[in-house]
Order: sequence, then C-alpha cells, then structure tokens
Amino acid sequence: QDNRVSIWSVGDLGNAGISGEYQGEPQLLCDIRHNGDVMDMQFLDQERIVVASSTGTVTVFRHHQNNQTLSANHRWEKAHYHVDQDTSCGGAACTGVICNNPEIVTVGEDGRINLFRADQKAAIRTIDNADSSTLHAVTFLRTTEILTVNSIGQLKIWDLRQQRNEPSQILSLTGDRVPLHCVDRHPNQQHIVATGGQDGMLSVWDIRQGTMPVSLLNAHEAEMWEVHFHPSNPDHLFTCSEDGSLWHWDTSTDVSEKPSFLHQGGRSTTYFSHNTINQSVVSAWLSNDPTKDRMEITNLIPNQTLSVNSLDILGPCLVYGTDAEAIYVNRQLFA
Amino acid sequence: ALTGCVAGSGEGGPSSSRVFVVRRDQDIYIQTLRKLFNESHGIFIGLQRSEEELAGRSRKAQLVQVSKNYRSVIRACMEDMHQAAISARDPALHSQYITQVSILSAMELIWNLCEILFVEAAAAGLLLLRLLDWVRLHVCDVESMVREVLSSENPSKHELFWNVVDVFVLQGRMDEARHLLSKEASANPMSVNMCKILDDLMKKMPVPSLGNTQTLTEMELKWQHWHEECQRCLQEGTFASNSHMESICKILLGDEDAILEKKELMTTWYHFLVTRLLYSHPTVKPVELQFYAQACMDLFLGGESSPEPLDTILIAAFEFEMHQVIKECSIVLSNWWFVAHLTDLLDHCKLLQSHNLCFGSNMRESLLLEYASGLFSHHSLWQLGVDYFDHCPEYGRAYLELHIERIPLNTEQKALKVLRICEQRQMHEQVRSICKIMAMKALRNNRLGSALSWSIRAKDAAFATLISDRFLKDYCERGCFSDLDLIDNLGPSMLLSDRLTFLGKYREFHRLYGEKRFSEAAKLLLMLMTAHIAPCSFWMTLLTDALPLLEQKEVIFSVEQTYELMRCLEDLTAGKSDKQKFQDDDVENIKVEMLRLALARNLARVIVKEGTLEGS
Repeated sequence: QDNRVSIWSVGDLGNAGISGEYQGEPQLLCDIRHNGDVMDMQFLDQERIVVASSTGTVTVFRHHQNNQTLSANHRWEKAHYHVDQDTSCGGAACTGVICNNPEIVTVGEDGRINLFRADQKAAIRTIDNADSSTLHAVTFLRTTEILTVNSIGQLKIWDLRQQRNEPSQILSLTGDRVPLHCVDRHPNQQHIVATGGQDGMLSVWDIRQGTMPVSLLNAHEAEMWEVHFHPSNPDHLFTCSEDGSLWHWDTSTDVSEKPSFLHQGGRSTTYFSHNTINQSVVSAWLSNDPTKDRMEITNLIPNQTLSVNSLDILGPCLVYGTDAEAIYVNRQLFA
Repeated sequence: ALTGCVAGSGEGGPSSSRVFVVRRDQDIYIQTLRKLFNESHGIFIGLQRSEEELAGRSRKAQLVQVSKNYRSVIRACMEDMHQAAISARDPALHSQYITQVSILSAMELIWNLCEILFVEAAAAGLLLLRLLDWVRLHVCDVESMVREVLSSENPSKHELFWNVVDVFVLQGRMDEARHLLSKEASANPMSVNMCKILDDLMKKMPVPSLGNTQTLTEMELKWQHWHEECQRCLQEGTFASNSHMESICKILLGDEDAILEKKELMTTWYHFLVTRLLYSHPTVKPVELQFYAQACMDLFLGGESSPEPLDTILIAAFEFEMHQVIKECSIVLSNWWFVAHLTDLLDHCKLLQSHNLCFGSNMRESLLLEYASGLFSHHSLWQLGVDYFDHCPEYGRAYLELHIERIPLNTEQKALKVLRICEQRQMHEQVRSICKIMAMKALRNNRLGSALSWSIRAKDAAFATLISDRFLKDYCERGCFSDLDLIDNLGPSMLLSDRLTFLGKYREFHRLYGEKRFSEAAKLLLMLMTAHIAPCSFWMTLLTDALPLLEQKEVIFSVEQTYELMRCLEDLTAGKSDKQKFQDDDVENIKVEMLRLALARNLARVIVKEGTLEGS
C-alpha cells in the first residue's frame, strides 16, 4: 500500500475571478510516504501536522515552506496497541487526534488515551483502559479537559489535572447505545458539543445540564464520519457521512441581520451579527422547539455516490474527501 | 483478478503435465490509472441511473454525451501518464509509462470510432464529417512539422512548406491550406495565377453540411459539378509547371495513386481511407464503409507489413461487427476496463442482442463481473466493484456475497464500511459473520466493550452470552467487576441475551448493596434466582452474596423470602450425589454449612419479628 500525506495549494484567493470557480485544479506541493492508513490529522501549528495511523503510530510532520518539502519531525511508535502484541491483531489503530499547541491528545481502538507534548519523546500521560470499547474521537473542552466518544454511545469528560484514571463525567444516549463516531465543540460556547453516530444521527449536548442530549436530529442514512462547527461562523455546522452526502446546517436567522445593517448605517454586518447571533445561537442549537428557530439544511453534493470520509472548513473555504479517491474544494461557501 | 499464461511442457500424450503461470492483474496498481477507474465509475453509475424515459433524439444525445465523458477521462489519464513518463527517471518505468500512453491512445481511438458508428450512428453526410474529426484528432506525428513551418518567417520558402499544404489538404482543412497558398502567391509572383485557380477550387469544394440546408442529393450534384471542374483544370494542364500543385489537384480528384504517394504524411491506413472517401465519395453511407476499409488497408500496407491487432479491431468496427470488436479487444487488452464499459454503453444503446453464453448470463453482465472481480483484489478500489455488482442483475449479488467476505479488515472503520454495504443489501449472513470476526478479535484483545458493541450490531445473542460469561468469570476470579463503565451503562442492549440481563442486574444488586439499600438488594437477589435469570452455576455465588445480608443486625429477609432461599440451597445441594459431596472441597462444604446456619438463624429472628405485635 502506498499511502501518502500530501500538501496541496488551491491558488490565490486574491486571484479569484468573477465566477471564482475554475481557478485551476489544486496543485500538489509536496508529499511524503505514510505507513498505514491515515485515520485522522490536524495542524499543530503553522508548520507541523500531527497524523494518526492505523498501525497505532502517531507522527508529527513538518512542512518546510521554503523548499516545499515534508519531513517526519517526530514519531511515537505503538502509541496505541493491544495487549497481545504477538498476534496479528496486536496493532490497534489510532482513531483520533486533537491538538492544542504544544499538547497533543490521541485516542484509539485500544481504549487508550495518550497525552503528548510536541517535542518530548515519551508520553506525558497515558490512561490505559480508559474505555472498554473503541474510542472514536476526542476534542478539547477546556485547556485541561477533554471529551471522548466511544462505540457504546458514551461521552466521557476527562480532567487532565487529576491523577485518577476515571472520567469526571459520563453522558450517554437514551435508548440504544449507538456508537458515536465524531465530536466537535462549539468554538465560543464551551458547553455545547455536537456528536454524530453510526445511525447518522446528529446529537447536540449541553455539558452543564444532565447526562442526555438536548436535541437529536435525524440526519444521514449511514455513519456520520465527521462533524464540524464553522470556526468563525458557529451558527453553521457541517456533517459528512458514509451515505455520500455532506450537509450544511444553518441556524443563522436572516431577520436579525438585515435591520441591523440598516440601523448601523454602513457598519459591517459581520461584526454586528456576531453579537446578536451569539445570543440566538445558544437557543438555536439547544432549542427543543424546531418551529421557533428555523434551521436550513442543505446537501452540498449533487450526485452522491461513495462515502464522504472527511471535511474541514476555514473562512469561506470547504474541503472534503470521498471514497472515490477525490478531493473537492469549494472556495465560495457563503456566496 | 488473475490473468493466466500457459507455459506447458512440450510433449503431448496421456501423461502430459502442464505448468500454469498465473499472474495478478497489474494494471489496477498503476497509480495513474486509478483516476480512470474512479472517474469512469462515476460515469457508469450516472448512466445506470439516467432516465430511460427519454426517447429518440434526446436519449441518443444523452448517450453520446456519456461516451464523450468516458473519452475525456481516457484523455485526461493519457495526459497524466505522459507527464509521469517525462518525469520518470528510471528507464524501465519510463518505457512502461510510454507503453501505457500508447495503449490508452489506441483505446480512445477505438472508442471514438465506436461512438461515431454505433452510439451516434452518424448517417451519410454527417458520417464523413465525424470521420474527418476523428482522423484529425489522432494524427499527431505531423503537428510539429506544421508548427515549424507556420512559425517560420517565410513559410513559403521553408523546405517543408508543400508538405504542410499537403497535410492540410489530406485532412480536408481547406481554409488553412488556402491561407498558406496565399502566402505562396504573395511570395512568388509567377505562380499567382495558378494559386488563384487552386484557391478557387478549394473554396468551392462542397462539404456535407450539418444543418438541414441541403439534402444529400443536392450535395452529390454540386460535388459532381465541382469534380468535373477540377478534372478540366487538370486536363488543360493549368498546373503543369508546378508539380506540387498538380499533385494537389490530383488529390482533389480522389486519385488513389496521388494520395498514396503521401503515405508518410498520413501514417495510417485509416487516414488514407478517410481522405479517399473525402475526395471520391463524400456522401458515403455507413454500410458502404466496410468495402472501402479492407481495400484501403490492403493498398496502404501493400504487403509490406501485416495488420496489427488494432487494425483488425478497426476493420471489425467498420464492418459493424460489434461482437467481433469486443472479442478482439478482450484478447488484446490486459484488463477488462475497456470492454466492460464499452459493452455496457452499447447495451444501453440497445445494440447488443442478448447473446446467451454457456453459463446463462449475457455478455454485458459477464464482462462487468470480470472487471468488478478484478477490482476486488485491490485494497481500496473494491468499493467501486460493489456498485458494478449491483448492476448485474443475474449473478451480481452472488459474486458480491463471495467477494465481500474476503476483504481484509485491518481497521474498524473498514469493517464498518463493509458492514454498511452488507446491511444496505440485506446480506444478513455476511453481517453476522463479519461482526463475529470483529467481536472475536476484540475479545481476544480483551476489549469487552468493543466485543459487545459488535454483537449488538449483529443482534447476536449467543455472542453477548459469551461476553457476559467472560465478565462473570473475571468477577469470580478477581472479586470485582472490570469495565464498570460498560456494565453500568448497558441500557436497552441488556435485553439482547439473558446472560447479559443477568450481568446488568447483578451489578445493580452490588450497587444497591453499596448504597445500603438492603431490602431492595435482597429482593433483587432473590428475584435473580427464582426467576431463573441467573445461571445455575452462579447460584452458589449468589447465595454467598446473601450471607452478609443474613448477618445484618436488622432482619432483611422475610419469612417467605427465607424459605425461598432455603429451597434454593436445597435445590442446589440436592443435585449432587453423596460421592460428589465427599469429593467437594472442604471450603464448599463449609460454605453450605454456614449458609444453612445463617438461614436458620434468620428464620428464627424473622418469625419472632413478624409474630410480635406492635405497640404495648
């Protein structure tokens, strides 16, 4: 198998023409061989990328921008493994990685949580058997708190300051313990968390209140692989699934935007809407009454065929990858 | 997935043995071809899903578009392959890429011809225009020469000038030929007159029109007149002083020998064919092609070289022998991609009669099955194969069932994808077997939660029982539960198996005890035994668990409950014969004795308590 980690350039945003569409295909800048499947990856800082492998290894790659090359900066072999290393099933995939420079947290099929620091050889902390099932994803709640989701439908909050190897809180789905595959925290409101499950359902949780989700939204027809709040526009949420669709969930209400622009006479809408929308977002995502705050849901893929495995968003740019070995870039998301 | 070559031992006879050299299909592992497989998969699915209700012209236009899409994917692949060849430093790799480029080029050539003749089924008139486009697209050897002459300062003085004019005339590119002629006219005042006449002839040449502005008969008449005019010019010796222009005039008249002289500029016999048709029979009908094709090929090759496989395929196409085309392509090409997709397209054009093969399915399906099976040996492209099997109505499902179980599942995510495919197609057997494999793996790695999660997915009660037994065994050995986070949070999945329910309830008993809710704990404990939720093997442990409750200061068990407990104990011990009792551990016997004592004491206390009147 020839798996690679690659860096592509999608052209200058400044050169976007009127249509902005065909600014040329993404150009491959550099790539490097990777051992095992890439299960997850994230930028640690401007130059370094942390990659989780199906072999259980976690690698930090450095992107040298002066000569456009990638090199392996640091590697933690066997960050995730099963106890019986002699059998062929001794390797355990590392399923999720999250970074908060300089800290890196990884989780895997072995139910283990590792806390690494970028330049230190050994793990700062390892929680063995944190979970008896597979941990699918992890995210930071605060700088010292992480949240993991597993394959028996539980969210666990871990306080890294404490030395005991027990979660500080466990939340779970009502009804069937459907495996949860992805999780993301609201960028501004640390208590709002969204998770996606094997049945394609999107759940929104309020960590402060209770142990059950606030809302359950029937979404995809198959596993939801990733869920992301838009980092600067958090009333927009994106999910992608095995059923080949990518949904854009939009809870921003038009009403508050237009009059505010008129009243302020020229002040940028983005600034103003940030304030008012912040208020409505709390109720929008946590609202139990779907008729009160309308949510617009759009499928961004016209002819869906194979699974959309991963997506990411930044500003007006959306990128996603499919099982048809194709990467799609949409640079005018809100146009 | 496997291509076979036979390397047999020479001798025949009754005991001849053969050695078969079997080789994997290499093509699917070529990096640049993956784009071809992925993109064509998308086009294939689109075609299967497209509306059949569109009739007549719009359906034909739709199918032609699909054909063009396939061709553009082939060309894109050729580009990539070409780039890869240029940047390859290893000479072996370089030559491999170059070979691939020529194979892809041949595939596109054949596909294009099939599109013109079969999919679009171009009628007389249009047919020639399409064939001209086809030829122009596939003669590239002359491009560099053309560029050289056109970009030179004084084109008419260039030594290859007339060659380029000839190229334009041979390809029917009249405007470009006239443009060059005008340069000659301005550079060489002596030949101005001749140039003007020739230019005039070229300008007036009738071509089949795309619109409905003229019928074929009209065009034929015009052409006849024009042909006679050219004849006159030649006979009057108008161009006698310039051999180049004279030969061009002869070409315009469709003179076979004159055209054949320019062999090197045409490079292929099919170019010769189209040029000949252009200048001798521009309103050729599709059915007439075959007569010209064979003759032209023979003339062109002239006995020097024998026809290559590509030539045989093209002849078969000109003869409208679709099955022959497909058969020849299957033999020559190293993988099934081309024939599978082309046959599928032709089938959608309703051009293939159901040609029943010996194993009952038709040609389209058998080719698709072969192609898809080949994809399954690839660690990533197998996902494309699934969709192809879906569109093979007779054997697709059977093939899929067999192939899908053999995909190596090295990560859970891959297993989940395979499971989703099986569930969507109601392949319950496969779901069960894959979940069992994953659950066993998890169990062996001591991931009990994962194992349970897999058995829930498969609704596999037997496996859930197995997992619960593991938990209970662990408990008996260590005296405490492992993975409390799992057992405490079983939820409705507890009902999957009796043993699992017992496990959940038993843990609840421990929790109640820990919270000092003794009477509830007692009730639960008793219920576990009397409702037969607990397995018999566990009763001793349960009774032992009852001991601390019996020894409490406060009486917990009622009279009925105590009698029940005693009955359970007797049931348990009655089963054993005397011999067994003798062989039993001392510990076992002591336990039983202690229980009997405790039960008796409790009974005594509770009778008194219940018999006592309140108050006074």
